[in-house]
Order: sequence, then C-alpha cells, then structure tokens
Amino acid sequence: MNQTPQSSPELTDPRLLQLAPEDNVAVARRTIAAGEQILIAGQMVCLSGEIPVGHKLAVRHIAAGQKIIKYGAPIGSATRDIACGEHVHTHNIASEYLPAYTQRGLIAQ
Amino acid sequence: MTHSWQGFVRADGRKGIRNVLVVAYLVECAHHVARQIVAPFGHQDVHLIGFPGCYPNTYAQRIMQRVATHPNVGAVLLVSLGCESFDRTGLAEAVASSRRPTATLVIQQHGGTAATVDAGRGWVEQTLPQLQSGPRAEMRIDELVVGTICGGSDATSGLTANPVCGRVFDMLVAHGATCIFEETGELIGCEQHMASRAVTPELGQTLIAAVEKAARYYSVLGHASFAPGNAEGGLSTIEEKSLGAYCKSGRAPIRGLIKPGDIPPRGGLYLLDVVPDGEVRFGFPNIADNAETVELISCGCHLILFTTGRGSVVGSAISPVIKVCANPETYHRLSADMDINAGRILEGQATQEQVAQELFDLVLAVAAGSRTASERLGHQEFLLGYKFFEPTPPACLPA
Repeated sequence: MNQTPQSSPELTDPRLLQLAPEDNVAVARRTIAAGEQILIAGQMVCLSGEIPVGHKLAVRHIAAGQKIIKYGAPIGSATRDIACGEHVHTHNIASEYLPAYTQRGLIAQ
Repeated sequence: MTHSWQGFVRADGRKGIRNVLVVAYLVECAHHVARQIVAPFGHQDVHLIGFPGCYPNTYAQRIMQRVATHPNVGAVLLVSLGCESFDRTGLAEAVASSRRPTATLVIQQHGGTAATVDAGRGWVEQTLPQLQSGPRAEMRIDELVVGTICGGSDATSGLTANPVCGRVFDMLVAHGATCIFEETGELIGCEQHMASRAVTPELGQTLIAAVEKAARYYSVLGHASFAPGNAEGGLSTIEEKSLGAYCKSGRAPIRGLIKPGDIPPRGGLYLLDVVPDGEVRFGFPNIADNAETVELISCGCHLILFTTGRGSVVGSAISPVIKVCANPETYHRLSADMDINAGRILEGQATQEQVAQELFDLVLAVAAGSRTASERLGHQEFLLGYKFFEPTPPACLPA
C-alpha cells in the first residue's frame, strides 16, 4: 500500500500534498481535471473544477470567515463557504494581512 | 550516523568543520594579486575573499573581521594595495590575537604585482603544513551553527525544499545546535506568527519591527513583494507566499534577532536581520544571494542549507553550502550541482520526513568532512558591500 507523503494516513490521494497535519487545504502535485474523483481523508470527492499544479483545494468543509491553514499557519480567510474538494484561491479567500505600520498610521490619524 | 566528529579547535574555544587558509584583498585594486596568489592552490582549501570598496565602512570592517576569525578558518593572508582606507592593521591585529597564522602584504611597499604574488604564494606554501598539524578535538552537534537561505526560488520551493529545511532545523535545534534564518523582506505577512514564536514578548515586538523595516526599505526601492505571476502559480495571498520561505525556519521557538556579524550566544533558532538600519543609503540590502551567505557566515555558520527551485549552482568561501533542490525537473538537469533532491516529494517518491532525515544525515556527514557538490566543483563565492547597522538592542537577545 502506497503511503501518501505526510498527508493524513487515512488515505489521501497521492496527487495531493498536505504540508502540515493541521492544514485544511492540500496542494495539487500535478494538474487534476474537473470531474475527476479524488480521495480526501478516505472519502471520494468529485472535483467541481480543475486544480492546476501547485494550487490548493479544501480537504474539509471551510465556512465563510474561517481561517485557511497551510504550513500549519493562517494564509487568509474564506470569503464564502468552501466545500471539501473545491479549488481554494483568490476567488474564495482573502488576505487578512495589514502591515503593522499601516495600522499604526491609521491609529495615528 | 554518529552525532560527533573531529573538529578543528580554535583559540577562542570554538571549533571548525573546515580548515581554510583565506587570502583576503582589502580593496578591489588588490583583487588580482590576491587571486594570483590563490591560483596554484586550487584544491587545497585556499579561499579568496575580500572587500572591494576604497571608502571606509564599519559594517564591512566588522564582517571581514568575523569571517577572518571564523572557526572554519585556520590562517589568513591580507593583501592590501596600500592607500585604501580599510583598517588593515586592525584586521591583522584581530586575526593575530585569535592566534591564527597571519601576514599582511602591501603591494605598494612590496614592489608591485609580481613580487607580491611570489611572496604571497611562498607564505601560503609555508603555512599550509602548519595548518594540517593544528589541534583536533571531538565536535558535537550542539556546537554546530547552521544557516539557511533560498535562491532561484520557484513554485516548488515552498512545497518541498523549504519545508524539509524547516524540519531539519527542528531536528538540529532539538539536538542543541544553533540555526539561523534570514531575509525579512521575504517574511512580510508572517510577522505576527513569527512574534508568537518569540521567547519573550519584547523579542516578538523587535521581530515585527524588523519586518516593518524591510517592508519600508523595499517599498522605497520600488519592489512590491506579491506579483501577478505568484497568483498564477497558485499563491493566493502575501501571507501564503511569505510562508513558503518562512517555513525554512521550522517550528522551534525563536531565541533572538541578530544582525550581520552577531554571533548567537547559545543554541536555538535565530532570525538574522539583513536589512540595514536608517534611511536607504547604499542601495539594495544584498545585491545577490552570495552576500546573504557571507552574512550568515559572519554570524558563525559552519554550513549553509541552500534551497533552490530554478537551480542555483553557487557555493561559498569558508563554509560548505548544501544545495537542496525543490524542483524534480531542475534536479535532473543540474544534478551534479545538487546535494539533495527534495523534488521527489512532489513526484510522490519520498516523504518530507524521509528527505529531511537524508538532509540531516548529510549535514552531519559534511560536518565530518564530506564534500558538498559546490565544494567538489570549486565554488568559492564571496560578496561583501556597503551597509549601515545600529548596534543590536538588548531586547533582541533575551537571557
């Protein structure tokens, strides 16, 4: 049985790469076409859209406002509900980053 | 794999993993003479380093002193033109007081190019046997200082090589080693997370301030960090892009913030702030990766983990560079220049843990004397320019 590298041992598709165990997204090792079946934590999910190589998909349901975790750290938050297996990118997540010096500038005004 | 090996013992108590004789030019006008001195000793760990500027610079003087007294260095020959403003006497005294064999050749006093080259080669020939008979002693992993840098990055860097490097940093720190990561300009968006890893809240604030400084510095230079090409590659936010570089630091607590030339006082993980203090005055913080490598070495790094996606081929003078290739296609094209193929993770042929263990074992083998790809190929890059730094405040190095 091929064990997928560092993804949850409960059977995640070898086409996916999960960078830290607590991540709610995984990265496509190669482009995966829309309509393909993909194994996420033991569940078969049909991809609603293409996931290009290096892009992310949700490995569980992510509610609007929830943080997106990659490398075990937040990379932004969901701007709407994201289904398991859905492409995660600029259309459904947003940066939460505000440079600290900008925030201070605002406070100073 | 043993966790100890025979190191080279230096008078200050530190130990080296190499025993390099460095020939240092103190101004560009002395570069050719120094290079000619080194030329016949190609494969004998005689390395050429130097500073090209004629105008004085406290930072450059300090870095030259740190690298000339680095534990991997066993002897130092200084080559001066004679009229440059570099403080050659100060450097020579610092090296002499470290009890390393040293000599200074001043081209203007020595009769010009040919006479100085002859004298320099004679000194190297006479000094090399002395180096070989220097004291050796057991050196352990907790005496090792390891730096990391990424160069020639691509979309794979943050997926394979950088996370592997982070895991190896965690393993090294767990064994008591000192690990240093850098380039605050690539950490914009990670500063809050980084602050949460600091051993004190005050240190956390200085980490945030260091990233703010970098953001300002690069914005003055007109370089925004998040480009449209990043989104095409699958990166959605600035945090995500920065995390791809930041993950080289692993997960250990951050013990301190240091500046070039600062030597960490004890084991653990440190951030090296390479962005100058004050207003922008000498141009880019570092004009190429090699300058960052030199700064890591100036902080005592015995070896450098260099991650690359597109395929950098560089090494360094003084400290071995281990190249961790992130991209499997690049690895196949440039395999003779690479030490580790982390691209196998992307191909599903190895796990992050497996490649991390391989890299950890290689770190120990290189510390014990095994040569890296760039060492075998004769790479000895060295780059040092002008900068300004204020002294490191006490909050940066909590007790």
